[in-house]
Amino acid sequence: MRPAVVVVGTSLGGLHALREILGGLPAGFSIPVVIAQHRVKSGGGDLAGLLQAVCPLRVWEPEDKEPLSPGMVYLAPPDYHLLVEPGSLALSTEAPVNHARPSLDVLFESAADAYGEGVIGVVLTGSNEDGARGARRIQQRGGTVIIQDPSAAVSGIMPAAAQARTGIIRTYSLGQIARLLVELCPGSDPLSPVRGRVG
Amino acid sequence: MTTTAVDTTEVRLLLEGIHERYGFDFRDYAEASIRRRILRRVQAEGLATISALQERVLHDTECMERLLLSLTVHVTAMYRDPLFFKVFRDKVVPLLRTYPFIRIWHAGCSTGEEVYSTAIVLEEEGVYDRCRIYATDLSESVLRAAKAGIFTLHHMKEYSENYLQAGGTRSLSHYYTASYERAIFRENLRRNVVFAQHNLVTDSSFNEFNVILCRNVMIYFNRTLQNRVHGLLYQSLGRLGVLGLGRKESMRFTPHEESYEELDGPEKIYRKVI
Repeated sequence: MRPAVVVVGTSLGGLHALREILGGLPAGFSIPVVIAQHRVKSGGGDLAGLLQAVCPLRVWEPEDKEPLSPGMVYLAPPDYHLLVEPGSLALSTEAPVNHARPSLDVLFESAADAYGEGVIGVVLTGSNEDGARGARRIQQRGGTVIIQDPSAAVSGIMPAAAQARTGIIRTYSLGQIARLLVELCPGSDPLSPVRGRVG
Repeated sequence: MTTTAVDTTEVRLLLEGIHERYGFDFRDYAEASIRRRILRRVQAEGLATISALQERVLHDTECMERLLLSLTVHVTAMYRDPLFFKVFRDKVVPLLRTYPFIRIWHAGCSTGEEVYSTAIVLEEEGVYDRCRIYATDLSESVLRAAKAGIFTLHHMKEYSENYLQAGGTRSLSHYYTASYERAIFRENLRRNVVFAQHNLVTDSSFNEFNVILCRNVMIYFNRTLQNRVHGLLYQSLGRLGVLGLGRKESMRFTPHEESYEELDGPEKIYRKVI
């Protein structure tokens, strides 16, 4: 099955890591990318702008129920959880998970439920264990999990926790991750959820 | 067949079941977030599957009450998005000054933090005595909390900063008394507030308002239900009435997109023009 969505999660050190990866994606990258980056409630600077500066795709903080489109990078707005639904994105102001809102687990688990094996989950540098459960869910539902090399990360706690939870041994550098994403997501693929509502 | 399909089916059956048995209608809630809340309840009940929860809920009304609390989202804060309240003060209050009597509906007010936030703005702007705020929620228990106006003290530092960013002219502590770990808001602030139970999903319009605030409530609904509730809000607004949504909610793609003009784009404040 071809990938339907790429979900990326990170906290401490994330700006640099995200710039490396987004900067390595081609303008024709056809799978929507959805990012949860731990950040302060007030937004703390123009993260979308800093990512847009290096990324050929459009970087955007989505509104509730916005359709998922190829060629887009969706960034979780500060102080909201971002969830993937079949064909669209949803926001939530529910309590923080792992002290975080947005939480990686919330994003990853919802993506796994919506798209199953069509999900590629990427766990990058970070200083807590958010994302490990979500990575496990992606794995259980047949999706692909890619983990940054903890020893090369600004903070290795987040990728190491994801490794421990998923049992995945192989890890990658940031440059390798960008290339891997391009390899895994060739050509253009219309969004089709693994399941749809009947009727 | 994937496991995904199984629990999608289970979620649907559970929600159909509680609608049929108890009359609570969560069938058109946003799928991803309600699934999370259901799974949390499954875990808390010590069960393995959503089907097991369905069995218990249908036979055990106390379990239904616990599930009901889990399914509804009651996270709120004072002056969440301070800029919203700043714009409300700067752009909406001047419009309200032209009315002899002002009816405001806080739809989905939860534990009331935003109701007190609004009341304080209106008080400081000198229009509160012409206002009546109808604060509604589907849950009786959160309304009791809202009516009491007692919030945890440790949030007050953050709320005070938000209040100042929102253009507050005093200090937030002016409006509450600290006692042990609690901040007790002045009773006088709710002199013009009516708290009442109202379910946006199943109840109809009950008045005509000059302002409706419904922030981060509809994000828990799917598109179908959002459109229906937009219809209800539209019906409940008087001509040139003001509608305030959450920062990441939008009028785009709703059936009433053309019925409103933007009063403030980023803060999602609209005015009914047709």
